[in-house]
Amino acid sequence: MVNKRAIVLLALVAVIVIFPLALYNGKGEDQGYFGGSDDQGPEYIASTGYTPWFHSLWEPPSPEIESLLFAVQAAIGAIIIGFVLGYYQGQTKERKRRKYEGNSNENIDV
Amino acid sequence: MHIAEGFLPWQWCLFWYLVALPVIAYGVIKIKKVTEEHPESKPLLAVSGAFIFILSSLKMPSVTGSCSHPTGTGLGAVLFGPAVVSVLSAIVLVFQALLLAHGGITTLGANDFSMGIVGPFAAWLIWKGARKIGWSTSIAIFLAAVMGDWLTYVTTAVQLSLAFPIPSFGAAFVKFIAIYAYTQVPLAIAEGLLTVVIFEYIMKLRPDILVKLKVIEKEDPELKKIESAVA
Repeated sequence: MVNKRAIVLLALVAVIVIFPLALYNGKGEDQGYFGGSDDQGPEYIASTGYTPWFHSLWEPPSPEIESLLFAVQAAIGAIIIGFVLGYYQGQTKERKRRKYEGNSNENIDV
Repeated sequence: MHIAEGFLPWQWCLFWYLVALPVIAYGVIKIKKVTEEHPESKPLLAVSGAFIFILSSLKMPSVTGSCSHPTGTGLGAVLFGPAVVSVLSAIVLVFQALLLAHGGITTLGANDFSMGIVGPFAAWLIWKGARKIGWSTSIAIFLAAVMGDWLTYVTTAVQLSLAFPIPSFGAAFVKFIAIYAYTQVPLAIAEGLLTVVIFEYIMKLRPDILVKLKVIEKEDPELKKIESAVA
């Protein structure tokens, strides 16, 4: 079952993400583009002369390790959502099938 | 919105911990209550947490030329209320502080206040308000998620301006709003759209749980429409 509305909404999200990439095409971190706002905040604070009084207990030793952990974080979320919604989808299908076969008084509980 | 480790004077760290902890404690009680009363809502609780996991890991580019990430808290706030989301957000923030050096343990209270309390509370209020004046679930969840996301970043700007009023609170606020809130506008809209997609999907598959959680009314005309479409 294809949900056209969902596809349109997801396409809009894609446009929102791709637009800045196209707008600043060719520019990169060296020109000051696509840095994180979470990094700009501390950079500005440090420029006022503040030195942080505590440091992270552990830091990913390289961008590769960092991207690994971010990917793991997203994957954990995606697995859970895919599992639950897939389960619901199967339940709904089964309920419909039983109704169709006339066993509508059989209830499927979670 | 992650204030980096050590980037708040310790007095402010303590202050935001004291503000956030009672809400988190109340959230834990609420989670216990809702999972006892409605055990069938547990998978949706997991989905709400998972949605925050995914969205807060996606750093997206914005038209301002810098990158930031959505929060994903609007969904959980509408389904379970803001207090529950303060707990879910705290879990994500601890994960990111310990494993990613993103945010921090000292700034956890402040970060949970913006992402887990102010944002979700605003989302929940907007959802309630929009539903009360008769707007559709899709419009209501969109606005709730967008504003929940955006106000989280506004809160971060306020927190940093309070801690670093250089030369004054107003001047610092202008600076921090420019860093956090402008960048966030398109991302908040993206988060709103994604939340609409997942909410509509849940509503189509398990409207019964949403009714039990009192997210929607049993007599909601939108529900009748879904039922007739499924049958």
